Amino acid sequence: MGFDQYHEPADELPEETRTFARLCASLTEEAEAIGWYEQRLALEPDRDARAIMRDAQGEEFKHFSMDLECLLRRTPLWREIAMGILFREGDIVEQGEEAEEQAVEGAAARGAPVTGSVSLGIGSLRARPAS
Amino acid sequence: MSHLLREHAPISETAWGVIDDEARTRLTPALAARKLVDFAGPHGWEHSATNLGRTQELADPPVEGVSGRQRRVLAVAELSVPFIIGLDELRDVDRGALDVDLRSLSEAARRLATTENRIVFHGWERAGIVGIVQAATHDRITLGDDCERYPRHVAKAVELLLGAGIDGPYGLALGPETYTRVLETSEHGGYPLLDHLRKILGGPLVWAPGIQGAAVVSMRGGDFLFDCGEDISVGYEHHGAGEVALYLSESFSFRVVTPEAAVALAA
Repeated sequence: MGFDQYHEPADELPEETRTFARLCASLTEEAEAIGWYEQRLALEPDRDARAIMRDAQGEEFKHFSMDLECLLRRTPLWREIAMGILFREGDIVEQGEEAEEQAVEGAAARGAPVTGSVSLGIGSLRARPAS
Repeated sequence: MSHLLREHAPISETAWGVIDDEARTRLTPALAARKLVDFAGPHGWEHSATNLGRTQELADPPVEGVSGRQRRVLAVAELSVPFIIGLDELRDVDRGALDVDLRSLSEAARRLATTENRIVFHGWERAGIVGIVQAATHDRITLGDDCERYPRHVAKAVELLLGAGIDGPYGLALGPETYTRVLETSEHGGYPLLDHLRKILGGPLVWAPGIQGAAVVSMRGGDFLFDCGEDISVGYEHHGAGEVALYLSESFSFRVVTPEAAVALAA
């Protein structure tokens, strides 16, 4: 039985970091499963089998999304960057660069903890100027 | 394990999620100061003091020919507000109940937010914190009861700030009664007073429980510094047969760098 999600001694890690690592491992597994089903669907000619695979892939979409949302809720900086990228029209790379720059520089200036915080994560409530 | 000892509470992960969400939901609308002033941190529970960049001379060094100075810092203040939740209620959360009795938490959140606002705007002498209203150097403007005159008073405050070379945008913190009065008022022609004031300020009007009167502050940055040690968190105190005692806590310091960047308005 492997514990590959840990890169540091597990018994030295805080409980919330172990949970965080497990969620990251789950996220990876769901993404892999989505990719596998996509490959099977590309080759499978049987209609019933395809319907089942499509249904199963939908489950993986859900699992991936739930894992991601859970991780984002626990990681304000990640969430802030994701908010600048997800569900938007336009150039993904450009938006990614902008979101990272704004979020990381802002967080670094504030000294925000990246992960593992047990606070409510309220922080500053000043509205960010429209860019 | 953190100092909050959450792991010792007889509370499931689901119930902790509900408690944290409820605390966040109740706190966010009321934390007025955070909507107006600069926020640094959170630096963590270990963060004990804010560097002021200043020193004071130390008299009588132990050896002749040596001079001594000591750094001056502003120690962070810790706030803590206890609340109680029934264990039966938390068990019902695990069963999927949505109408959970969290009134004690709501009251604690209201108290904490009110206290934070009060300290930022009116100071806390024991903690060495001078508030924005205390520090403001401009003549105080009286708002009075006639809401239709508010735009004139707020415009006067903005003019005072501009005259002192303090750029905008500006924000207006209003005590609850004054805020409600503004919301209820339409000027001649039906234009909402709230919108008119926003246009004058170029920034937000915020509902600010804990503030006496109101204050116009510059939001250009660098004038009012909220230095957060540990941001607001929920911790575990103890539990008995029927209930669990928790608390909201935070640590922070606050200082006014530019006293002329605010104008106090008396109710």
